[in-house]
Amino acid sequence: MTDTWTVADRTFTSRLIVGTGKYKDFEQSAAAVEASGAEIVTVAVRRVNISDPKQPMLVDFIDPKKVTYLPNTAGCFTAVEAIRTLRLAREAGGWDLVKLEVLGEAKTLYPDMRETLLATEVLANEGFKPMVYCVDDPIAAKQLEEAGAVAIMPLGAPIGSGLGIQNLVTIRLIVEGAKVPVLVDAGVGTASDAAVAMELGCDGVLMNTAIAEAKDPIMMARAMKLAVESGRLAYLSGRMAKRRYADPSSPLAGLI
Amino acid sequence: MGPGLIREAKASLMSLDGTAGVMINGEHRRVPSGTSLAQLIAEVGLDPQRVAVERNLEIVPRSTFGEVTVEDGDEYEIVHFVGGG
Repeated sequence: MTDTWTVADRTFTSRLIVGTGKYKDFEQSAAAVEASGAEIVTVAVRRVNISDPKQPMLVDFIDPKKVTYLPNTAGCFTAVEAIRTLRLAREAGGWDLVKLEVLGEAKTLYPDMRETLLATEVLANEGFKPMVYCVDDPIAAKQLEEAGAVAIMPLGAPIGSGLGIQNLVTIRLIVEGAKVPVLVDAGVGTASDAAVAMELGCDGVLMNTAIAEAKDPIMMARAMKLAVESGRLAYLSGRMAKRRYADPSSPLAGLI
Repeated sequence: MGPGLIREAKASLMSLDGTAGVMINGEHRRVPSGTSLAQLIAEVGLDPQRVAVERNLEIVPRSTFGEVTVEDGDEYEIVHFVGGG
C-alpha cells in the first residue's frame, strides 16, 4: 500500500520533516537528513558573511534538487519581517512552498497569531504556499486555512523544549476540522512523541532539536523515521477500544 | 538645509573621488562609480546563483544583476540558506 500525503499539489511519501539547525557541522546535518528519510527540510534565511564568502554552504551538503527546501521565518517577530524574509527566500531558491512562523516572545517562542494571520493573508495573495506554525487553537487553525495556509502546524510544546505532545485533545480537534494537512511542529523530544502525534491522525511531524540534540543524532533520526511510520500505521489500522478492566487473551474454555 | 539637500551634497562629494559608498549586510564598502550589482557580488566573492539580494528594501531579481548600477548610499542585504528548524 502506498500511503502518501499532498501539500500545495506536491506529493510526498515521508511524513517526517526535519530541521537542519543545531548540528555539529553540515556533514552531520546531511547524514541525519539521510537517516530520517525526510523529503522536506526546513532552512533559515540569513545574511551571507561577506568577510568570509568562501565558507561552505548548506546547499553543498544537502542538495535542493533531491530534498525539498522549506525556507522558514525563524527569528521574525512581526509580519513585515517574515514577509520580507520569505520574499528573499523565494528569490534565492525559487520556491513558493514556505514555512511561516511569527514569534510572539523569546521566552516561549509562542506564535503571535495576529501577526501570523496577517502574514498568511499577504503571502497567499502574493502566490506563496505558506505552511503555518501556530497555536493549538481549532478556531485559529480555521482562520489560517481561510487566509490561505496550505498546512496547519500547531505546536505540541514549545520549540526546542522536547516536552512531548502536551495537547492531545486540541491537536485532535484541529485534525478533525482541517481540510489541509496538519503537522505537529515543535515539542517532540523522543520517538514515542512522534508516534503519538501520528496516532492522533496528523499528516506529519516537523522536528529539529529532538534529533540534533540527541547524543547520536543519526541514530535518533532513524528512530524518528520508524516512529512516524509506526504511528501512522497504528492510526490507519484503527486501534482497539480502551476497557477499564482486564480481558484475557487466552480462551477460558478448556482450562484443566 | 533639508535632508534632500544634504543627500545631494554628499552624493556630489562622493562622485568627486569616483567611488560610491554602499552598505552590504550592515558593513560599509566603497566601489568605483558605475559598478553593476553583478560586479559588486563578484567583488565580494559570492556566487550569484546562491544568493538573493535586496536593494533599499526591494528584491532585485537575479536576472537583472547585470543591469543594476550601484548608487552611492545604496543599502544591500545579501542572504542565503543556512541550517534552521
